[in-house]
Amino acid sequence: MGFDQYHEPPEELSAQTRTFARMCASLTEEAEAIGWYEQRISVEADEEAVAIMHDAQGEEFKHFAMDLEFLLRRTPKWREIAKGVLFQDGDIVEHGEAAEAAADSDAPATPAAAGSAVAASGSLGIGDLRGAGR
Amino acid sequence: MNHLLRGHAPITDAGWALLDDEARERLRSALAARKLVDFDGPKGWEHSATNLGRAAAVEETPIDGLRAAQRRVLALVEVRAPFSVSRAELADGDRGADDVDLEALDEAAHRIATVENVAIFHGWPAAAIDGIAEASPHPAITLGDDHYEEYPRHVAKAQRLLLEAGVEGPYGLALGPEEYTGVVETAEHGGYPVLDHLREILGGPIVWAPGVRGAVLLSLRGSDFLFQSGQDLSIGYDHHDADTVQLYLEESFSFRVATPEAAVALRA
Repeated sequence: MGFDQYHEPPEELSAQTRTFARMCASLTEEAEAIGWYEQRISVEADEEAVAIMHDAQGEEFKHFAMDLEFLLRRTPKWREIAKGVLFQDGDIVEHGEAAEAAADSDAPATPAAAGSAVAASGSLGIGDLRGAGR
Repeated sequence: MNHLLRGHAPITDAGWALLDDEARERLRSALAARKLVDFDGPKGWEHSATNLGRAAAVEETPIDGLRAAQRRVLALVEVRAPFSVSRAELADGDRGADDVDLEALDEAAHRIATVENVAIFHGWPAAAIDGIAEASPHPAITLGDDHYEEYPRHVAKAQRLLLEAGVEGPYGLALGPEEYTGVVETAEHGGYPVLDHLREILGGPIVWAPGVRGAVLLSLRGSDFLFQSGQDLSIGYDHHDADTVQLYLEESFSFRVATPEAAVALRA
């Protein structure tokens, strides 16, 4: 099998990051499968075949939802933005912009830090450096 | 505004960007341990302790017929490295000067990165932190002075100890500054660079590690060495006068070794 889900050398990535990458790849594959079933259903004339494909597509909905929930649980900022967008009525883009701004301002922002790359918490944002070694 | 009080400093947005960029660049090159161990967080300034999942019995209870236990935790240590910046230099930076004197910031960044490396690799008893090298049950391997062409043999021996203990790779190597320079400058008989040979043996990174004495070989498979960040490295404001601004670099963290046998110390 290939290892295309890794953008960086796998041996330099932590186990946590490798799992994250695998789940992102899985999420993509489930979304692709949902799209493929949607196309097949739209052109299939046999009602029995359509029923089976609807059932199969339902499985992919479930897999996609589980993958997404896994990733959101491990990515607090992603989760926070998703909460502002998912299952909301109204303008999706507006919700997205508002959720992103709210997530960025959650940590105490300092006006003096505006314009720099410092996170709103004042942190330099260095964090995990695995993969940065020579 | 949070506890860093950055909004009280007489520093422009451009000035903060200059300071933050300089600190980030200096820290990233010197924070060797973060390139090799698991990183959890940042959990925020309010985060005070790491859960160890353990409890100790409380022998006395005020009422009979009870059993009590108290959770054990590892308290985070707060580290602060003060430095000062000339207000005149910052003003020059605002005018567009590209050679602003930030030497004191550079030195503070080196100090705080070094203490993080020392705590992780060699321990900090006063902060209840056990270091990787000291916790290792394997016999330390002697590197010998200046025999850098021999390093691949020593590292291969250390790697064999890990394999015999069932500790899989990839493996990373933290080299003290002197050892790192020696390795980079040395070629084996036939001209093959020692650094390249070590890379072939390890399958993982070789990092320049200020504060490390000798070298430490460790597995990068994960879950063996656990760094938890509370407040990640940040610049805060202390006070100022007409000439200088007193600032500091600060972080809070804990570190624990979950698998002591997943590392081998190599001593100079």
